[in-house]
Amino acid sequence: MQNYDLANGSLRELNATLHAQNHNTNQTVWEIENPKGAHAIACGLDAPIEVTVKGSTGYYSAGMNQQATVNITGSAGPGVAENMMSGKVVIDGDASQYAGATGHGGLLVIKGNASSRCGISMKGINIVVHGSIGHMSAFMGQSGNLVVCGDAGDALGDSCYEARLFVRGSVKSLGADCEQKEMRTEHLEILKALLAESESDAKPEEFKRYGSARNLYNFNIDNAY
Amino acid sequence: MNKYDRGIPHTTPRQSATFNQDVNSDIRRAAATGIYDIRGGGAKRKLPTFDDLLFLGASISRYPLEGYREKCDTNVTIGGLNAKNPIHLDIPITIAGMSFGALSGPAKEALGRGASEAGTSTTTGDGGMTQEERGHSSKLVYQYLPSRYGMNPNDLRKADAIEIVVGQGAKPGGGGMLLGQKISDRVAQMRNLPKGIDQRSACRHPDWTGPDDLEIKILELREITGWQVPIYVKVAGARPYYDTTLAIKAGADAIVLDGMQGGTAATQDVFIEHVGQPTLAIVRPAVKALQDLGMHRKVQLILSGGIRSGADVAKAMALGADAVAIGSAALIALGDNDPKWEAEYNKLGTTAGAYDDWHEGQDPAGITTQDPELMKRFDPIEGGRRLRNYLKVMTLEAQTIARACGKNHLHNLEPEDLVALTMEAAAMAQVPLAGTDWWPGKSGTF
Repeated sequence: MQNYDLANGSLRELNATLHAQNHNTNQTVWEIENPKGAHAIACGLDAPIEVTVKGSTGYYSAGMNQQATVNITGSAGPGVAENMMSGKVVIDGDASQYAGATGHGGLLVIKGNASSRCGISMKGINIVVHGSIGHMSAFMGQSGNLVVCGDAGDALGDSCYEARLFVRGSVKSLGADCEQKEMRTEHLEILKALLAESESDAKPEEFKRYGSARNLYNFNIDNAY
Repeated sequence: MNKYDRGIPHTTPRQSATFNQDVNSDIRRAAATGIYDIRGGGAKRKLPTFDDLLFLGASISRYPLEGYREKCDTNVTIGGLNAKNPIHLDIPITIAGMSFGALSGPAKEALGRGASEAGTSTTTGDGGMTQEERGHSSKLVYQYLPSRYGMNPNDLRKADAIEIVVGQGAKPGGGGMLLGQKISDRVAQMRNLPKGIDQRSACRHPDWTGPDDLEIKILELREITGWQVPIYVKVAGARPYYDTTLAIKAGADAIVLDGMQGGTAATQDVFIEHVGQPTLAIVRPAVKALQDLGMHRKVQLILSGGIRSGADVAKAMALGADAVAIGSAALIALGDNDPKWEAEYNKLGTTAGAYDDWHEGQDPAGITTQDPELMKRFDPIEGGRRLRNYLKVMTLEAQTIARACGKNHLHNLEPEDLVALTMEAAAMAQVPLAGTDWWPGKSGTF
């Protein structure tokens, strides 16, 4: 295992070292100590490595991740795993705003709660939140799956496109053009796989599905607010 | 017998200045459809412009340079403050961001070809980076937009600079719009959207709010790209002093400032005509912000919005800009609104020069469309050649003026070289009203 102590190093050196890893690296497991809320830790990774951040992080940890698995043992600041393309990011604690924003792929697991705008503008990412999420989550969500084992705040799925939203608990309110949808077999299969991969003991049958009513897809003055 | 038949003099039928023909047609259109007018382009209303400024040229107290022989440099370096690889341009005229989607692939290719041949940069737009554009652009600026359509770290790392788009002169505070006619299979795939929907881009970034967040976002982008390339911040000309100040504070290497004559692919006409400020009005406050922070010429200012000629370039630079960007003018150089398509413009209910329904995807010139048949009308090699020629002429014109003012580099032009023809222009540009040594507010502050 490779170890990097941010108390004795720099963010630039850390990220440059991680960016230097490629498919052929034999340094596949990394542990980062003393993150102390630093921003942009382990962002832009593009190699099949596993990075564990021992503590809590600031903004944009694991941003634009590709291939790598990033574990954060504490909580994550705003924009964790934003625009993730592939790989996996797991947060043991809570996540602040914009978790998984605009993500194109990969799996983001938040074992605590996520704040507002979780999955905003998501474009294919899968997000599983063991706890609850805040308001305006999945705003303009385009594709991918957002799984919430707890409750969802106000305006879930506002102006969303084809993102699938699964909530086990209550939804405080649905956003514009978001509606409850039929839960079909294929959706239960998606849920089953994601819950298993994110180590949640929730049952697919306990969830309701939400998505776009598709009334805003084309201009119609009667849809103006 | 009515009064006219009785020979009583009558007044000439008089059109209302308030309810003129344009206004009346807007009212009739609104009454018939129940939806606001959407169009492309920038503000069409009459505004104070660079045409309201004149250069003084040399005289007994100023020494000119020989117009054809003496050196007058035009190069500019953008982003040297933080980037390991700043952008070096031969000319200070760049191509503004325009999306694939709004424009066809061949049109993007032509912009890349023309810009590269002229020694300058071109810029992506909403929707991501296309191979046509990257492949034909020696220097490509990658726009990082609120929608993040097509955004991925691989393309980000292929860019020669990154431009974080906060606002656009045609619609400060508004997001993009691409209507269903132009959401082809390829556009839909790049943007990860259903084909044929009327797509509206977000008006604000999804993962940051305010200048403190922006500073951290810039840090993230620098980390992901290894601090190799410059990071620009593009703002609409709404509050240029404060927006420039905040962008500098956030760590921008360059500011792109876009006035309300700057075009858009599509938005509401009321937005284009009634929100924002004229390009002439925004440059001096932005330059003052740079000067107040000791960053003028360190953080570059790229001005856009209605730049058409070498005279506009020279005037923008005399007022303190480091470079300009052109969008609408570049499209006209490619062949947009060319009178040779007049019959087809007429079929669309318009005329060459006035066509602005770019969002409908029926562009007779084959530039602002995704229709394969219309796209065939546009030759990207010829388009690139035309753009190169146009950029060359603009540069020669700007050099002509600079030499006449005794300047051996376009950057040496200064406000002292200018006078204004109108009170408004004098106030906005803060140069003397012609024939005086005064401008409104001269002794005051912004």
